[in-house]
Amino acid sequence: MIEVRELHYQYEGKNEALKGVGLTVPAGQFLVILGHNGSGKSTLAKHLNGLLLPASGQVLIDGLDSQNQADFWALRQRVGMVFQNPDNQLIATSVEEDTAFGPENLGVEPALIRSHVDEALVSVGMEEYKERAVHLLSGGQKQRVAIAGVMAMRPKVLVLDEPTAMLDPRGRREVMSAVHKLNEEEGITVVYITHIMEEAVAAHRVVVMEEGRIVMDGSPLEIFNQVEKLKELRLDVPPAVEMAHRLRQRGFPLPLTILTIEELAEALQAAGGRPADALPGSGDAAKPEATLCP
Amino acid sequence: MLKDITIGQYYPGESFLHRLDPRTKLICLFFYMIGIFMVKELLSFSYLMVFSIVVIAVSGVPVKTVFKGLKPMWILLLLTLILNFFMSIDGAILWQWRFLKITDAGVRRGIFMALRLVMLLNITALLTLTTTPILLTDGLERVMKRCFIPMAHELAMMMTIALRFIPTLIDETERIMKAQIARGADFETGGLLKKAKSLVPLLIPLFVSAIRRADELAMAMEARCYRGGEGRTRLRQLKYRRGDGLAFAVTMSFVAFTILDRYWLKLFV
Amino acid sequence: MPIVLDHISYTYQPDTPFAAPALHDVSLTIKSGQFVGIIGHTGSGKSTLIQHCNGLLFASEGSATVDGMPILPKSKDLKEIRRKVGLVFQYPEHQLFEETVAQDVAFGPKSLGLTAAETESRVRWAMNMVDMDYDKFHDASPFGLSGGEKRRAAIAGVLAMQPKYLILDEPFAGLDPNGREEIIGQLLRLNEKGLAIVLVSHSMDEIARLAKRLVVIHEGAIVYDDTVKQVFGKAAELAAMGLDVPEVMKLMMLLKEKGLAVGQDTLTIEEGQEEILKVLTNNTTRHT
Repeated sequence: MIEVRELHYQYEGKNEALKGVGLTVPAGQFLVILGHNGSGKSTLAKHLNGLLLPASGQVLIDGLDSQNQADFWALRQRVGMVFQNPDNQLIATSVEEDTAFGPENLGVEPALIRSHVDEALVSVGMEEYKERAVHLLSGGQKQRVAIAGVMAMRPKVLVLDEPTAMLDPRGRREVMSAVHKLNEEEGITVVYITHIMEEAVAAHRVVVMEEGRIVMDGSPLEIFNQVEKLKELRLDVPPAVEMAHRLRQRGFPLPLTILTIEELAEALQAAGGRPADALPGSGDAAKPEATLCP
Repeated sequence: MLKDITIGQYYPGESFLHRLDPRTKLICLFFYMIGIFMVKELLSFSYLMVFSIVVIAVSGVPVKTVFKGLKPMWILLLLTLILNFFMSIDGAILWQWRFLKITDAGVRRGIFMALRLVMLLNITALLTLTTTPILLTDGLERVMKRCFIPMAHELAMMMTIALRFIPTLIDETERIMKAQIARGADFETGGLLKKAKSLVPLLIPLFVSAIRRADELAMAMEARCYRGGEGRTRLRQLKYRRGDGLAFAVTMSFVAFTILDRYWLKLFV
Repeated sequence: MPIVLDHISYTYQPDTPFAAPALHDVSLTIKSGQFVGIIGHTGSGKSTLIQHCNGLLFASEGSATVDGMPILPKSKDLKEIRRKVGLVFQYPEHQLFEETVAQDVAFGPKSLGLTAAETESRVRWAMNMVDMDYDKFHDASPFGLSGGEKRRAAIAGVLAMQPKYLILDEPFAGLDPNGREEIIGQLLRLNEKGLAIVLVSHSMDEIARLAKRLVVIHEGAIVYDDTVKQVFGKAAELAAMGLDVPEVMKLMMLLKEKGLAVGQDTLTIEEGQEEILKVLTNNTTRHT
């Protein structure tokens, strides 16, 4: 479990990057953090495994405090981080050597490193590339190796800071499915930072940050149905949600449960036979911006 | 263009030499060098020459590939030959033209020095040809640690990172070069000064990017619990096998014989 | 006068064991003022292709010309060709190197040998084109800018050459939605001013919004070159090449499968919305 309490942080000579962030993430949750550049999401991520330490406030991982010397390395081992640039986080020349880097640092027994590495590579589907030189891999493969390198340390939490921003669509899909698999099959808690909305749709929970604060927090449905508010924050809305929203505004009655194109198509099919009195102008469908975060 | 540079060229294989422990190869190379510098007479190279030929044969690396490693050194070789040929004043004169003369001692010395260089370079090339960069770094780290050389781990880590990033930086150089050419940069024409100046738009972005990479890499290493060499274990365990003993024994005998010859046997004097 | 690639082929490191054919018998004409999208997955030859348009690479076979000037290694017109065809690489901000934004943008015009006054007016124009206030930014260090600003400054550096054709490789990569929308707006404006734009991108939704014509490259060859609607209409064929179609088109295909008679040539959310409303409203009226 991740507990962030009243977290403040300021980079030297800059405005305050985090202005009192509170966040609790239960074990096993897939949390997506949205927000445009400079909203503080990366700064928050770096606090989760002690790369940054709070100016004030507290970060607790399973009760381990990042500001407590005695807890520090245990905490860092528990929270793995994957960064944006696939080229700048692989250290060794070959896939398996790189995957072994973490466990080697932890001083794990050589025989055990071997099994950690093998399992980690299998978990991201990279076992066949074990001996490959990392610079010859595609972007998506590099990111999966980066995830394997973290998984080989047997973490409980995986923090990914825009891991697909530099990838092509294929690489994006590879990384997304690897992360979802780890969450579903191994129960890894995931904190996934992105501004690609499609990637947020399958999360358990979405948090939106703006100017160092959490401004929205809810299920993907709850968040994305607040289309106007997201636009105000200059964020995208998944295309299906946007389309549903526009149709609703034009008086077309669609349920507020649509996130994907498939769901939208089904809803439209169902609506295809609706009576005409539900069409243009009938107001009740046009105010979905209810509830949730103030 | 830049991609043609090959670094740490490894020639894949399964030979006896390939399978040797990298430490064995490093230590044997060290003793072989001592052997080479012990030789004082041209003909005394024969023992080590036999050794070299055996080693190259065993390696399974084509002789052509081994000698390719000499290519960047040929100017040095030529210089060694010429300087020794013309600069020696002792010995019987073989050929003379005005103040230039070649003596038999000079010829001997030239060939002797060049041969020494060739033998040294060939066996060193063979080390990199039969050992992957990873194993070489590993071996080096452990040998240095054994010899109490300080910063052994740091040096090895630097080597690993350099090996990892050289291809990336070469790609990047090419990309930035093209981007600047696309907006009017000219890296080809002009005198030396203009050429040097034209490199600024290439070097600054490269430098900036290298620093950014270093920054991010340091962060990634830290995130993966890196805290120096202390208490660190390794995935790859190096183990001496029977072959290593054999390699040590053979190398040592050749080197020992060379030394023995120099001081006592004097077979070729 | 256009950019013409006439049956060109290109192989990397020819005559070596590493020889890698990258383009095979490609013909492409880019006319002035056009807005052309190029799609193809990584390694399909897109980057190789665009580098042939301004003489960064030279065709092994076939010929290439820009406004009638042949693109050849020793051509005297090479400088002029590179000026006319502006190429913005992926992550162009990596090419910034000067002390100030204005100096960096001036690099291109200066290399053309323009006077100081001309250079400055070009810098002002180029910065204006990417919505960077000259007075605010000209003295700023390019390295202190935000990600989106850096990218725009770098694009200004290419625009300052006043090209007739602008080729951009993944100009939105790594930007947040905000930064992306800014650049989209600028591209549209530049195109309105008569600049031909070639947009290479993986992001089909943006291609659908911007381009009029779409070229698909697969394994070093052009497989489609037609209007955007026509090309995206081949969803199944594109999928086989590992390429997506815009989300709205996917929706329309699903709806059609479900028996709703929606048209299959809508590209943007706006068009899709109208089409759905039209069809479903008629539908319901008919039912009542």
